[in-house]
Amino acid sequence: MIHTKDISKSYSGTQVLKIDELDIPKGQSFGLVGNNGAGKTTYFSLLLDLINPSTGTITSNDIVVSQSETWKPFTSAFIDETFLIGYLTPEEYFYFIGDLRGQNKADVDALTSKFEDFFNGEIIGKKKYLRDLSKGNQKKAGIVGALIGNPEVIVLDEPFANLDPTTQIRLKQILKDLAKKQGVTVLVSSHDLMHVTDVCERIVVLEKGEVVKDLETNPTTLKELEAHFAKSAVSASEEE
Amino acid sequence: MIKHFLKLERKQYFRSSYWQKNIALNILLVFFALYMIGIFVFLGVFLFKILTKFFPEQDPFVVANGFMFFWILGEIGMRFFLQKLPVMSVKPLLTLPVKRSTVVNFVLGKSALSFFNFFPLFLTIPFGISLINNGYPISQVFTWLLALFIISLIANFLNFILEAFSSDLNIPFLPILILVGGLYGLNHFGIISFTEIVANGLLAISNNPIYILIPITILVALYSFNFKILRKKLFLDASLKTKVKDVKAADLSWTKRFGDIAPFMQLDLKLIWRNKRTKSMAFLMVIGLLYGLFFYPQPTYRDMEFMWAFIGIFSTGFFLINFGQFIPAWDSGYYKMLMSQNIKYEQYLRSKWILMTMSVVIMFVLGIPYIFFGWKILIAHFAAAVYNVGVNTHVIMWGGSYNRKKIDLDKKAAFNYQGTGAVQWLIGIPLMAVPMALFGLLNWLIGFELAITTLIVLGVSGIVLHKQFMAMITQKYLDSKYKMIAAFGKDS
Repeated sequence: MIHTKDISKSYSGTQVLKIDELDIPKGQSFGLVGNNGAGKTTYFSLLLDLINPSTGTITSNDIVVSQSETWKPFTSAFIDETFLIGYLTPEEYFYFIGDLRGQNKADVDALTSKFEDFFNGEIIGKKKYLRDLSKGNQKKAGIVGALIGNPEVIVLDEPFANLDPTTQIRLKQILKDLAKKQGVTVLVSSHDLMHVTDVCERIVVLEKGEVVKDLETNPTTLKELEAHFAKSAVSASEEE
Repeated sequence: MIKHFLKLERKQYFRSSYWQKNIALNILLVFFALYMIGIFVFLGVFLFKILTKFFPEQDPFVVANGFMFFWILGEIGMRFFLQKLPVMSVKPLLTLPVKRSTVVNFVLGKSALSFFNFFPLFLTIPFGISLINNGYPISQVFTWLLALFIISLIANFLNFILEAFSSDLNIPFLPILILVGGLYGLNHFGIISFTEIVANGLLAISNNPIYILIPITILVALYSFNFKILRKKLFLDASLKTKVKDVKAADLSWTKRFGDIAPFMQLDLKLIWRNKRTKSMAFLMVIGLLYGLFFYPQPTYRDMEFMWAFIGIFSTGFFLINFGQFIPAWDSGYYKMLMSQNIKYEQYLRSKWILMTMSVVIMFVLGIPYIFFGWKILIAHFAAAVYNVGVNTHVIMWGGSYNRKKIDLDKKAAFNYQGTGAVQWLIGIPLMAVPMALFGLLNWLIGFELAITTLIVLGVSGIVLHKQFMAMITQKYLDSKYKMIAAFGKDS
C-alpha cells in the first residue's frame, strides 16, 4: 500500500529523516515510536505531502505523493490541532470534511453516531466552536474527522496524548477494528509504548531519523521496546 | 526586571519570522517614515515664514496655537488607525515571581517610547527654534514645546483607553469616530470653541509655566486609569481566558447553487462572521460605501474627474482589498489540513473570487445613489466596478500567493488590540493607483468616454480570461505550497 524508497529530509544540511526502504501493506496497523526529534512527524508530513522530500519518494497505492494529488481521496489524517477549523462547531467541521469527501449529511451523521460512546456526550449538539473545546475534546473531534469518507489510509500523530484513560481505551478498540475488520491501513505514532503494542501489528522504532527496529508485535514486544528505550536512557546518562 | 523585559522585547522583534522575511517591506516603511519626517522638518523650518505671509497682521505664534486643536484631533485619529499598541505575552510571566504592577508599568512605559510620540517633535522643534530666532523668549518657547510633548503623551494614553473599549465592539472604530467627529462638530458649529480653548490654554501655559501642571495632571490621571484597566486584565479568568459563546448558525443553503464550491463558500462566510477580526472588516464596508461622501459634496473634488476612478475603485472594492490581501492567510490556522484534504485548489480559490465579485456588485448597487452627484460619477463607478471584478480580483489573488504571514483568528486580545498596522494600508496602493493614473491620464489627454471605455475593456477582458488567469494563479499557489505550509505553521 505505502512504499517508501530512499527518502530523506534535511534542513540546511542537518538530516532529520533517512529511510532506505519501508513497506506498509494494506490493512496493517502500523506504529511508529521514537523519542522527540526522531522524525515521526516528519515522516507523516512527507507521506501527506506537507513538506518536500530532499531525496526519494513515497508511493501510496502506486501514486507518488509529491507528484500527483490523486492519493488524497483515500487518505485522511489528523496530525495536530491545526487540522481543526476553530470557528466551526464539531458538526459543521464533520459536514465540511464530508463535503470534501463526497459524503452527504446523512452519511456523516450515520458515521458520527457510531462514536457517541467515544464522544462521551461532549462533542455533538453542544453548540460550541471547536476553538472553545478542551484539548482532549478537540482531539476527539479531529480523530473522528479523519475517519469520515471511508479512507483506506489513516494517519494519526500521537492520537493518545491529551485523552483521558477511558477514551484512550475506546480509541484503541476503534483503531483495532479499522485495521482488522475494514482493511484500513492505520498509521499511528506514540510515546506510549503500551498503547502502540496494544494497537499495532507492527512497530517501527525511529532514532535520529533512521529505522533502528522493525518488529512484528508479539507478547514480548513491549519488553523489548522498554529495554531498547531504557538502554538509550542509560547510554545517555553515561555520555553526560 | 525591566532589563529582562527589554531583552525579551528585542528578541521577540528581531526573531519574528515576519521581520526576517519582509525586509523589503520594512525598508519601504522606513522610507515612508523618513519621507514624513522630511516633510515635517521642512514644514517646521518654514512654518514661521508661511504664517507671517498668510496672516501678516497676526502673531504667528498665536496663529499656530489656533491650529493646535485640529492638530490634536488629527493625531488622535492617526494614532487609532496606525499605531500598534504595545503587546506583551503575559501568560508565561504570571506564574513567575514578577509583580503584576511591574508588568503593567513596563507595557505602559513602552508605549511612551513609541515613535508616534516623537514624530511631532520633528515639526515642533524646528518651529520652536525659528520662534527663538525671531525674538521669542527661550523659556516661553521651551514651556510650549514641553506642553506639546505632554499633549502627545496624553493622546498616546487616551488612544490606549479608547482601544481598550473599542476592541470588544463589533464596530471597533465607532468610539473614535464619535469622539473626533463630535469634538470637530461642536467646534465647527460654534457650540463650544475648542479652537480657542486649546489656543488660549497653550498661550497661558507658555506665558505662565505653572499652568503646565494641568496637562501633567491629565497625563497622570490617564496613566493611572490605564494602569487600572490593564491590571485587571492580568488575571487568567479575565481577558486571557476564552469567553465561550453559543453558536448562532445561519442558514447557508443558498450557497448550494454554486455547486462544487459551496462548501468553501460556506466556510468563507462563517470565517467572516465568526471571527472578531474579519467581522470588524465586514463592518468597515459601510465606511467604504460612504467614502464618496467625504469628497463629492464639495464642488472642488466633484470636478476632479480623476478622483472618480479612485473613489469608485475604493468604494466598490473595499471588501475585495481588505479580504483579498490576506488570501490565503485567513485559512493559515488550518492550512495543513486543507492541503491534505481532497480539495481542488482551483475550487478553493474560485470560492474566494466569487465572494469578492459579489461584494463588488453589492457595493456598486448600494452606491447607485451617488448618481445624485451626477450621472458621470455613477458611470465612473461602474467602470471601476468592472475593473475591480476583471483585474483587481486576479491581481490580489496572485499577490496572495506571496503571503507568508500567519493570521491568528483566535487571537485573544490580551494586550493586542489591533492586528493591522501601516503595512496593510500600503498594500492597497498599487491596486488603486494604477487604474486611477490610467483613468486620469486618458481623461486628461483624450476624454472621459475613452477613459471609461478603457477601464471597462480591461475589466471585461479580465472576466473573459478568468479561466486562464485562475489556472495561472492556481499554479502559482501550488508552486509555493510547501513554503506557505511552513510559514503558516510558525507563530509570527
